[in-house]
Amino acid sequence: MIRIYVLLAWTWTRAAAQYPVSFALMTAGGFVVSGLDAAVIWVIFANTTSLAGFGLPEVLFLYGVSGLAFAISDLLFSNVDRVSQHIRAGTFDVFLIRPVSSFVQVAVDRFTPHRIGRTLQGAAVLGVALSRLDVPLARAWMIPVMVACGIVIFTAVFALGGAAQILLTDAPEVANAFTYGGAMLTQYPLSVYGESVVRGVTFILPLAFVNWQPGLYVLGREDPLGLPYWVRFLSPAAALALALAAALAWRAGIRRYRSTGS
Amino acid sequence: MAGAFTNTVFGVMRAYVLIALWRSRPGLGGYDLADAVTFCFLSQAFIGPMQVFGGGLDLPQRIRSGDIALDLVRPASLQLWTLSEDLGRAAYLFLARSVPPTIAGALLFGIVAPAHPLACAASLVLGVVVSFGWRYLVALASCWVLDDRGLNTLSLVLTTFFSGLMLPLAIFPGWLGTLARALPWAAMVQVPADVYLGTADLAEAFAFQALWAAVLLGLGALATSAARRKVVIQGG
Repeated sequence: MIRIYVLLAWTWTRAAAQYPVSFALMTAGGFVVSGLDAAVIWVIFANTTSLAGFGLPEVLFLYGVSGLAFAISDLLFSNVDRVSQHIRAGTFDVFLIRPVSSFVQVAVDRFTPHRIGRTLQGAAVLGVALSRLDVPLARAWMIPVMVACGIVIFTAVFALGGAAQILLTDAPEVANAFTYGGAMLTQYPLSVYGESVVRGVTFILPLAFVNWQPGLYVLGREDPLGLPYWVRFLSPAAALALALAAALAWRAGIRRYRSTGS
Repeated sequence: MAGAFTNTVFGVMRAYVLIALWRSRPGLGGYDLADAVTFCFLSQAFIGPMQVFGGGLDLPQRIRSGDIALDLVRPASLQLWTLSEDLGRAAYLFLARSVPPTIAGALLFGIVAPAHPLACAASLVLGVVVSFGWRYLVALASCWVLDDRGLNTLSLVLTTFFSGLMLPLAIFPGWLGTLARALPWAAMVQVPADVYLGTADLAEAFAFQALWAAVLLGLGALATSAARRKVVIQGG
């Protein structure tokens, strides 16, 4: 499955490389567009020194981890949100008769390598934040774990959104509210949001485990909601649980799929 | 409805961020907390009619397919024709994508009522005309640029950041704020929102929007005649 994914992704990358100038410009464009969110944070901190109890380097750290994890997941799997287009065009039926997982095929179809620009931007912000933060090595091991779990969580959200679109057929924006909305939500310390929102993204859709709970551990901060200390180490469990739920939802969606017949 | 739902979700998240900022800096930019929350939902409401993320016009496809040649021989101005189509689209999107997020914002956070409802409507229409003027120029550029994606990305960056969609321009620091408030994109979100909140001088706001509408439509007219000559040279 991985071999086929890599093969198809490489094919699309070679296709994109046929137009090197376009490719370079689109990569730079992705870097700038996703950099706008960092510019917003910069403008906010031009007006204040602390947002909901967090300083600029801390917010940039949370932003960087979430941005990097989301960008990698966006690069590798976000084309799943095109499933509604495939269903309406009738091309989804073709994916189902090929002997490869339908999820892999939808995810890699029209793979867009220039999304690497967004990945570089997230990594750059994370680098800047870490250079200003002075995180002790004893806690820094959590950072790669956070990024890895974040990739799994965001990918699972993309898959859940795709599965929902198999049922809803024509509502990609609803899925976007959770995928891109989730990316935006985790750019800021969750202490910004109301308590009910934080409980929702801790216990229902576990976005808090992308960067908030483990981030509190890395930053050595108290949890404003007062959850137990060990919750900070639950990211891998949350990522695994959500991935399982997403896999089941995708299968359930495929079982109930009805071709539009066009 | 799906798009309105997404606008509402993003509005709620941005509202929380602005609330956190205004809690630490009450009265920032001349807004109180209720103004800031209202601004946030208004900016989400303007996304549809102002087409803040770009596009909304058929022109680039028609240029690529060559159908533009037909449009240019019609006995009607291409620019006004496209403008009237765009105003219709904006009117529909106002009902479908502006009203629901605003109501949701009012229910969830409470927003202030428009200071001058009539002035507010006029400012909204002027904002759509400015937005059209800009998007028409970007779309017509497809006559000269083969791959319009780069241009669209540039337009997206300029419009989302300098319109006030992401943050009120009133809190941009120093020269960046002065510059942002003088550029045409301010006429799409910041100025109509200020008219709604009653924090802008009405005459000044309308003059600003009308000036940029005139400049952009004038440039659009020049570009249209240039495109017409180019098409004639290529023999259609």
